[in-house]
Amino acid sequence: MDLTRFTIEQAHKGLVEKDFSAVELCSAFLKKINDLDKKIKAFLTITSDLALFQARKVDEKISKGEHISLLAGVPCAIKDNILVKDIKCTAGSKILENYIAPYDATVIKWFKKEDMVILGKTNLDEFAMGASTENSGFFPTHNPHDLERVPGGSSGGSAAAVAANMCVYAFGSDTFGSIRQPASFCGVVGLKPSYGAVSRYGLIAMASSLDQIGPLTKNVSDAEVLFDVMRRKDPKDSTNAVLFKDIKQKIFKISDLKIGVPKEYFIKGIDKDVEKIIKNAIKKFEKAGAKIIEISLPHTKYAVASYYITAPCEISANLARYDGIKYGFSKSKASTLEKLYFQTRGQGFGDEVRRRIMIGAYALSVGYYDSYYLKAQKIKTLVKKDFDQAFEKVDIILAPVSPTPAFKIGEKIDDPLSMYLCDVFTGPANLAGACAISVPAGKIGNLPVGLQIIGKSFKEKVILEAGKAFESLS
Amino acid sequence: MINKEKVKHIARLVKLSLTSKEEEKFQKELSSILDYIEQLKEVDTTNIAPASQFLGVVFDSKEQVLVRKDEIEKQDIEVVNKLLELAPETKKRSFKVKPIFSQNKKQNKLLWI
Repeated sequence: MDLTRFTIEQAHKGLVEKDFSAVELCSAFLKKINDLDKKIKAFLTITSDLALFQARKVDEKISKGEHISLLAGVPCAIKDNILVKDIKCTAGSKILENYIAPYDATVIKWFKKEDMVILGKTNLDEFAMGASTENSGFFPTHNPHDLERVPGGSSGGSAAAVAANMCVYAFGSDTFGSIRQPASFCGVVGLKPSYGAVSRYGLIAMASSLDQIGPLTKNVSDAEVLFDVMRRKDPKDSTNAVLFKDIKQKIFKISDLKIGVPKEYFIKGIDKDVEKIIKNAIKKFEKAGAKIIEISLPHTKYAVASYYITAPCEISANLARYDGIKYGFSKSKASTLEKLYFQTRGQGFGDEVRRRIMIGAYALSVGYYDSYYLKAQKIKTLVKKDFDQAFEKVDIILAPVSPTPAFKIGEKIDDPLSMYLCDVFTGPANLAGACAISVPAGKIGNLPVGLQIIGKSFKEKVILEAGKAFESLS
Repeated sequence: MINKEKVKHIARLVKLSLTSKEEEKFQKELSSILDYIEQLKEVDTTNIAPASQFLGVVFDSKEQVLVRKDEIEKQDIEVVNKLLELAPETKKRSFKVKPIFSQNKKQNKLLWI
């Protein structure tokens, strides 16, 4: 029996029925990582000691006949921009190469109460800036379905780890597509919660007005289990809201669904096979009785440009804290304070991070604020209005996650703009604060393609139900 | 298109040392990104309110505006020690900072102007 293929529910059942112990389950994953990760390179840090310690605790509970939670003893991986106490947290950057997290992120604190087992910290584009994990300050991650291709990004390590059965589930973060696009490229499920649904405390900040933590899993039910633990109120994050008033949904039926298909998401430049898979997925919903309505989200084409003002501006402010004084890499031989700043930051940050810091500083400098940052925030309002109007007519929106399947390592890395355009279909949901999920919908050769289901803010339950329904149709 | 002087100026603002090769590379890349962003000018945003996030003011369960009490939270000494251990240089439980001015007076022109 291969223990590493389990979903959360299957692993839990096996533990409760004593088919295997938590330590056995954990060891099976550590062995798998040991065997596979030389090639895939999904992990930056493997936390065997912590994992086995946590697993033993669960076994003690089981042997005493105590009740264990659904997540107890189920091994997972955490994107390396989320703080786990006493474990290295690099954010994929040389500037944090030796940073040991002094405390737990709120989501980690909550999951530890559920007796989580952490196998390790996963690779990402430096500070989550990128769509391929090639911007990692350490090494690129390889797509388990084709080692010459990228796993997507920035949560590429997490997606690859779930896809290769090196963990049952993983945490990622999504600012403009960083959970959904790698989920699509690796053939796993990835949920980006509504902005404000999950605490960001202990998530290393990139673009604070858009960042959200979310789960990557083997199926939609697992994503729901994890989301239900994630979405509690945290007083340490002022943008964390309790807005789940209608958690009790009426019984979900596909035939009650009104589904919007935005014409702007099926444009020139989308891969013909991706288009076919997504249109086929939409047809499945239609056959099952859902009503399909063509909608328009007219400002879609401006989302990427708007993001590449908003994010860099917030990045240039958020990353000012890396000064070589309080923590992180430090060019400590510099003779003056100013030299220390210049050398530490010049050498500690990689290319993409430096590009975005500079774009941000340019856009925020005297005389440019109105035409850049303010303009971008107004476009954000327009994008949100597009979605608001669409959701007056429909319950969910179906769309591709990415215009292409996983591309080759090295293909886009020298052309930042072409990398930015990977997010053309994922980004608008972030700008609108909406929730969205990527669910595997088919394959081109051996390359997976995800279907994106977008829902109104705080209507996670609707997209999760739709996702589960789609899995049963597939 | 932004020129090399502008790139140097921005790098100084954000305190990044760049080699001259990097200055050229970033000049090209930043220009192409800024050119792409120019398309936002096509969009008419008259009378559109800017938004940073859409949650608005967050309320608690009693419909009160959710603000934390402004008080000092007692921090675990263990965490404080860990924070100090992360610093490259400390002195008497404080972060040690380099001199702002150089011993060599000639080097003291202000870089950020």
